[in-house]
Amino acid sequence: MSEASFGNPEIVEYETDILIVGGGMAACGAAFEAKRWGGDDVKVTLVDKAAMDRSGAVAQGLSAINTYLGENTPEDYCRYVSADLMGITRDDLVYDVGRHVDDTVYLFEEWGLPVWKDKGSEGVALKDGGKPVRSGRWQIMINGEGYKTIVAEAAKKALGMENIFERVFIVKLLLDANNPGQIAGAVGFSVREHKIYVFKCKTMMVACGGAVNVFRPRSTGEGMGRVWYPVWNAGSTYAMAAEVGAELTMMENRFVPTRFKDGYGPVGAWFLLFKSKAINGFGEDYVTKNKDLLAEYAPYDKAYVVPTCLRNAAMLKEMKEGRGPIMMDTPTAMKALAEKMTPKEVKHLEAEAWEDFLDMCIGQAGVWAGLNIRPEQSMSELMPTEPYLLGSHSGCCGIWVSGPEDFAPKEWQWGYNRMTTVKGLFTAGDGVGASGHKFSSGSHTEGRIAGKNMVRYCRDHKDFKPALKGDLKQIAEEIYRPVRTYLAHKDKTTAEDINPNYITPRMFQMRLQKIMDEYVAGVATYYQTNAKLLEMGLHYLTMLKEDSVHLRAKDLHELLRAWENYHRLWTAEAHLRHIQFREETRYPGFYWRADYPKLDEANWKVFVNSTYSPETKQWTMKKVPHKDLVPKTFGAAKH
Amino acid sequence: MPTFVHTEKCDGCKGGEVTACMYICPHDLMKLDVTRMKAFNQEPEQCWECQCCVKACPQQAIEVRSFQDWVPMGGAAIPLRTDSAIMWTIKFRDGEVKRFKFPVRTTPVGSINPYGNKPQIGDLKDQRLFTEAGKELPKPAA
Ligand SMILES: Cc1cc2nc3c(=O)[nH]c(=O)nc-3n(C[C@H](O)[C@H](O)[C@H](O)COP(=O)(O)OP(=O)(O)OC[C@H]3O[C@@H](n4cnc5c(N)ncnc54)[C@H](O)[C@@H]3O)c2cc1C
Ligand code: SF4
Ligand code: SF4
Repeated sequence: MSEASFGNPEIVEYETDILIVGGGMAACGAAFEAKRWGGDDVKVTLVDKAAMDRSGAVAQGLSAINTYLGENTPEDYCRYVSADLMGITRDDLVYDVGRHVDDTVYLFEEWGLPVWKDKGSEGVALKDGGKPVRSGRWQIMINGEGYKTIVAEAAKKALGMENIFERVFIVKLLLDANNPGQIAGAVGFSVREHKIYVFKCKTMMVACGGAVNVFRPRSTGEGMGRVWYPVWNAGSTYAMAAEVGAELTMMENRFVPTRFKDGYGPVGAWFLLFKSKAINGFGEDYVTKNKDLLAEYAPYDKAYVVPTCLRNAAMLKEMKEGRGPIMMDTPTAMKALAEKMTPKEVKHLEAEAWEDFLDMCIGQAGVWAGLNIRPEQSMSELMPTEPYLLGSHSGCCGIWVSGPEDFAPKEWQWGYNRMTTVKGLFTAGDGVGASGHKFSSGSHTEGRIAGKNMVRYCRDHKDFKPALKGDLKQIAEEIYRPVRTYLAHKDKTTAEDINPNYITPRMFQMRLQKIMDEYVAGVATYYQTNAKLLEMGLHYLTMLKEDSVHLRAKDLHELLRAWENYHRLWTAEAHLRHIQFREETRYPGFYWRADYPKLDEANWKVFVNSTYSPETKQWTMKKVPHKDLVPKTFGAAKH
Repeated sequence: MPTFVHTEKCDGCKGGEVTACMYICPHDLMKLDVTRMKAFNQEPEQCWECQCCVKACPQQAIEVRSFQDWVPMGGAAIPLRTDSAIMWTIKFRDGEVKRFKFPVRTTPVGSINPYGNKPQIGDLKDQRLFTEAGKELPKPAA
């Protein structure tokens, strides 16, 4: 057989019981849990487009575990998540994460993750009653530079490296030929060798994180990759699940974090741990000042913590009306803390402030160093970023999944916990919609929940023999089309990047970002859109989708970029269609429907779900009734 | 916020099939130029500046230079990582240098025994994770 080459890949077929697509927090949790329940007779395989030690959102580390219940109850957790996400979340899923998450955090600590302890608790493990240093009601501080390497080690040991494929990018999920709406496999390609991989499986989890760089980022030029969420998470989760007909939920939701300007550095520790205040250009506290504006979004303005989008709304009003810049007053905060501290403690505090960046956003440390910013001396500018799509951080877009059987209402469960509406297809972490604020620990936990249920699914479907729908040769051809396009046309012009026969992945991405930015409420329009703009946006997106068959790839790296951007496009379309369908402004500060600027509790306190049909190639949108399983209170009033 | 490689320090990972930086970059950016046997960042404007490659390079040949479309020249954040701790050198544009050291792990690398000292698995049909065998799981009050 001749050696595979660029343009002539080898097709490798591989059969397994459980396939885990992704190698991040959720995937590592699934691997760890599934292998234990499955034992030797269930084969578990994991595929990651990168190297598990440093893949996904936790690649550079984190400085806090943002979900640890400790003394709080899962009911409290449901209330907090619901309020921050303006009332529309699935209490069953949120509660479920809440009741299991501490067990996962104990494991992290046991495996070697350094967790900060309160005075008097030093050296006592959390599971033995050690008291963590809390930076907020739900957050605990860690020395988390090595967080992902630790979590990956446990997952790799559980599965064995022989069951792990790194540097394989999954492009498409495949349905079963004999059972409609049932998953049977996935196909992708190696980014290192000329190989196309076809996986067959009984059941699968797709957990490829959220979507970044769907919108034009505020950063420009060389800094374009220095965005907030991991630049490499390209919406593969949503795109691939949608393409095989999985029902999506709350894809209109997005997250627009306010971060230190240009470096996207975290502000959580500054607000929560160091008690710093943010002010407008005139020194005013803009949240208190805009109380009346926020009252239009009652009762959520009365939440225990003012929802993130409302705080953004207040900030954006100041900026729009020319009262910027918004500044984080770090010197005052440091001074106040120093008054109660010894010089040694102050030095420690300064190190903690820098560690917050160095553990999870080194870029910000670079920006401060380059601008000669020292937090004890100068204030720093804040800026709301471009929109991000994710389901595990402070956002809740994602896939509609079955809830826990022991208490989820009938309409929210159809079999196995965390299974999507495609039979045998599970998801977790950023993939699960309507249950944000899981963060790293909650995503791992949710992966574990899905992992256990996949084993159960496998046992219940022992005799299922996956048969892939579609012609493999043709699917492989389709995946390599950008390569073929390049080889066929590259010599027709004197500069290969400018060629009428193809579009480079980079230009494809820029076009996508421009459309989303200008028509779908990006930073260019101060996060505003309306029906007309959305209609035009969809028109341009449709033309971009038509052009996707002309993407080119001059090497395997570009082939990766081509398919990542194809996934971004699908995610973008789902986001647009959901915003178009929801005729109200549910998340001011994240986006405004300028033609429906108000919150409309009477008509829109509902989930918006969408389905793409692989048969008819049409999207269907619908409202799904919402209900609270845990009573919610705002201020004094019950609701 | 791209990485750059010091020509003199990079030894192409001694001709190994996959270099440390190529292996680890989550965004597939580091690439080996096989004629010179030196690595480089093939798409600098996509760099997240996570420094995963910097920490992994056995020759300390990689550094990050902040994106020039915004950040003035001269600053840097340089890590030196061992299996248990990381030491940071922050260089300000005006010349000041600060150093910080933080732990990264409390156990030896490779020591995790995922299923050691853990309870036997319980019932596949209930809602408990395997480490929660015997635990009473709460439910929201109806
Ligand atoms: C800057 C930042 C700060 C954060 N701060 C905190 C914090 O302080 N505390 C906290 O608890 N959480 C924090 N988080 C959130 C936390 O990191 C996420 O909630 C969590 O990582 C989500 O897990 P996941 O498994 O869904 O996705 P990820 O961990 O991102 O994993 C996605 C995986 O999918 C792989 N992949 C993607 N596409 C494909 C494909 N097509 N084929 C194969 N593999 C693919 C990726 O390589 C990766 O392995 C932060 C995140 C960021 C980025
Ligand atoms: S890891 Fe370091 S030495 Fe090895 S190829 Fe990369 S830059 Fe060169
Ligand atoms: S800093 Fe991170 S994103 Fe940039 S090249 Fe290195 S590993 Fe890749």
